[in-house]
Amino acid sequence: MQVVIEQIINGLTIGSFYALIALGYSMVYGILKLINFAHGDFFTLGSYVGYTVLVFASAALTAYFGIWGMIAIAMLVAAISVALVGLIVERMAYRPIYASGRLPAVVSALGASIVIQNSIMIIWGPRYQAYPAALIPNIPLQILGFNISLLQLLILVMSFILMLSLYYVIQKTTFGAAIRATALDRDTAALMGINFNKVILFIFILGPALGAITGVMVGMYYRQISFTMGWNYGLKAFTATILGGIGNLPGAMLGGLILGTLEMLGGAYISSAWKDVFVFLILILVLIFRPTGILGEKIAEKV
Amino acid sequence: MNSNDRYVVLETCDITKRFGGLTAVSSFSFQVKKGDINSLIGPNGAGKTTVFNVITGIYRPQEGQVIFNGSNIEGLKPHQIVAKGIARTFQNIRLFPNMTCLENIMAGQHCRARSGLWSSVFRTKRQRAEEKQIHEVAETRLKQVGLSRYSNELAKNIAYGNQRMLEIGRALASNPHLLVLDEPSSGLNDAETRDLIGFLKDLRHEDLTILIIEHDMNVVMGISDWVTVMDEGAKIAEGPPETVYNNPQVIEAYLGKEEYEDDF
Amino acid sequence: MNDEIKNRLNTLGGRRFWLSLVLIGFAVYPFLMSDYFIDVAFFFGIYALLGLSLNVVLGEVGLFDLGHAGFYAIGAYTTAILNTTLGIPVLMLLPLSAFTAGFFAYLVCSPIIHLKGDYFLLVTIGMGEIVRLALLNNPFGITGGPNGVFGIDYPSLGFMDIDTSLKFYFFIWIVVGLCILGLMSLQHSRVGRAWNCIREDEIAAEANGIDVRSFKLLAFVIGAALAGVAGNIYASKLMIVSPESFSFMESCMMFSIVLIGGMGSVPGVLIGAAAISLFPEIFRPMAQYRMLFFGAAMILMMIFRPGGIWPRKRGAIQKGQALKGIKKPLLPGELPGA
Repeated sequence: MQVVIEQIINGLTIGSFYALIALGYSMVYGILKLINFAHGDFFTLGSYVGYTVLVFASAALTAYFGIWGMIAIAMLVAAISVALVGLIVERMAYRPIYASGRLPAVVSALGASIVIQNSIMIIWGPRYQAYPAALIPNIPLQILGFNISLLQLLILVMSFILMLSLYYVIQKTTFGAAIRATALDRDTAALMGINFNKVILFIFILGPALGAITGVMVGMYYRQISFTMGWNYGLKAFTATILGGIGNLPGAMLGGLILGTLEMLGGAYISSAWKDVFVFLILILVLIFRPTGILGEKIAEKV
Repeated sequence: MNSNDRYVVLETCDITKRFGGLTAVSSFSFQVKKGDINSLIGPNGAGKTTVFNVITGIYRPQEGQVIFNGSNIEGLKPHQIVAKGIARTFQNIRLFPNMTCLENIMAGQHCRARSGLWSSVFRTKRQRAEEKQIHEVAETRLKQVGLSRYSNELAKNIAYGNQRMLEIGRALASNPHLLVLDEPSSGLNDAETRDLIGFLKDLRHEDLTILIIEHDMNVVMGISDWVTVMDEGAKIAEGPPETVYNNPQVIEAYLGKEEYEDDF
Repeated sequence: MNDEIKNRLNTLGGRRFWLSLVLIGFAVYPFLMSDYFIDVAFFFGIYALLGLSLNVVLGEVGLFDLGHAGFYAIGAYTTAILNTTLGIPVLMLLPLSAFTAGFFAYLVCSPIIHLKGDYFLLVTIGMGEIVRLALLNNPFGITGGPNGVFGIDYPSLGFMDIDTSLKFYFFIWIVVGLCILGLMSLQHSRVGRAWNCIREDEIAAEANGIDVRSFKLLAFVIGAALAGVAGNIYASKLMIVSPESFSFMESCMMFSIVLIGGMGSVPGVLIGAAAISLFPEIFRPMAQYRMLFFGAAMILMMIFRPGGIWPRKRGAIQKGQALKGIKKPLLPGELPGA
């Protein structure tokens, strides 16, 4: 039992990565009905930016701000720079295409993904990069008798705070209501005086920023990053989005956590080599039996 | 004109269709007799389009049967129902926008042709003959609806009124026994509506029965042999147009109860 | 200028002229080029075949399939495994590869064929990934894991083996040519029309008597089978297959071929395939930047030509074809039999 629960904690850690990335997918899909294939690469980019800050500015930053301050700064720099890239991508690759329909947007998103991925490769090189070791002291903690590392705890707490604040913004604020309204019916929302461009601006700042912060956390957790990793995380995060109900933000968070846990348990107790296969099987089964996801509502097609 | 012993083409027996908690159609029964133009009227939200969607197999009713030419077609898929001989149009025109007008009508004959994959790949003699026939029938139908000159025009590029006619032409192309039209005059101007009435009257020569949802009372009174009135998912009246027109219940449904009471 | 070319292409004589020019070009090309460029043209052919196969699904029926590399992989691995273990000749495995890929498509797509748009897209991505991961995990020790299967024979026609770049070039392009003929026939048939109707409006198609489910499945099976054929030829050319050749990127390439060329357009697919396979060659000197340019080109393409380079033109050409059976020239507005 002890081991199972520890596996679940590991699963929740990965799950919170998926959940944070999934939020970015879900927001963009909710508003634009576009699968933003570049989102996984925003995550990678964030990871690399964080890596650069931590490796090259560590001495100076640690001296002034201490180790926690340095990590916070790395995350902040990653979030801001990737948000900027997100805005540029939206402006250059998506905005000119909204009017042309869904399929050109899919190709353009794939193109954007290729561009970002290869830019990362050109800037940082094609090899794996390693995050500095022991950034956060690897203190094993005992909570209620279960082993959990300090880093894990930190990741879980931080993801929880991030998700909660996003949830608050979306569900409780006026601007959040505007976003939800736009997701439901863009034209009517526009008639109610909601500025569509502002909504887009918001989702293309927040989504990539969340992705970037996740990237830094993944870097610290696994220590090894590669320029192609965004694709795998992206696809899993999207599976999480589907699992929770596409366009539904609480669903995306829940989906991420469930997916991470299932993946970890499947890997531990069935077969670790086939664990990614489980993930995609889950994706397919959900789409067959409950295409609206766990929290999604059924929408009948109007004839 | 409407005697009781004539052949019943279509009959619905107590069909009920619910969407979640909402009952769109409750225990609705009516008959359509051969050769008639039968109008289904009623205020907005009365459930007319739902009845159409049940008849054409797009919705499955929770209860009841749909009898067409003596056999129960409830539960068949829409394409099987077309093959049985019911063709329809939609309230909000649904053409194949990026195909030419001619192709739209050729597509309407799909269920009357048989060529499959291999005969099409190898262009067998039979397939070519069939294709030629489809093409000729399509041109005739296109002429019938008055759109010959738009033959090679994409369906999305022709005027709205023409699109309505094209959709009717496409439905006719399947050689139906029963033509089901969902508000064919909506969005048409007066001249186009007059043309439509004339066109529908002409169709009587084709051994065709027509069931029509219509809002425009001029159209209903002008062409119907029989009118069925629905309100809140149920049938409230039926009969020849004049009778129905003066039925107090119908007036109530259309004008609202208070006004009706004020009249007394 | 552009219109002038189009007009010339649309007149029958003009079309014949250009078509023969292209055919002669294809026939002469390998004799003027080094083996390297013959191979480049061979891969152009493979991509053309893959593009045509996906075009049936994506272009004609409008099903968003981003896992097509899975079927390509199944064709290639069927050939590789059966050839290396049982020694069945590669050419005999060509129909079998097509059948296996098609049958697999039928099995996996039956339960999901009703899904719409993006949902379908995601399921196909998942399916393609499952195939790739399964190959990587070496089930029953038959796929060789990450190393793949090697030592696949050349195809043998009986009197000669297809063993040089030149022969492979002609082999693939003859297959592509046959596919083009078949698919063009389908486009102007009841089947092709039904496919297009489904793409345009599924509900209207069903209400017009088209069995939407069966015709979607048919398209999917044919698309998969053609990808299986491409897999067979690819395996025998390279003599080795490994999972990395069938990644998601490969599916993206096929998707891009169809959209860059123009949905449902055969010449469009050929142009798209040329763009995808020749682009990296042209930019080879800038090795590490070429994928960057490639991605940028995809975006630019969609911004400036969202319908593709050569979208299918409907109408005028078809008339010439369909009216062949009618002898008397018709006056404008006059109809046969009227």
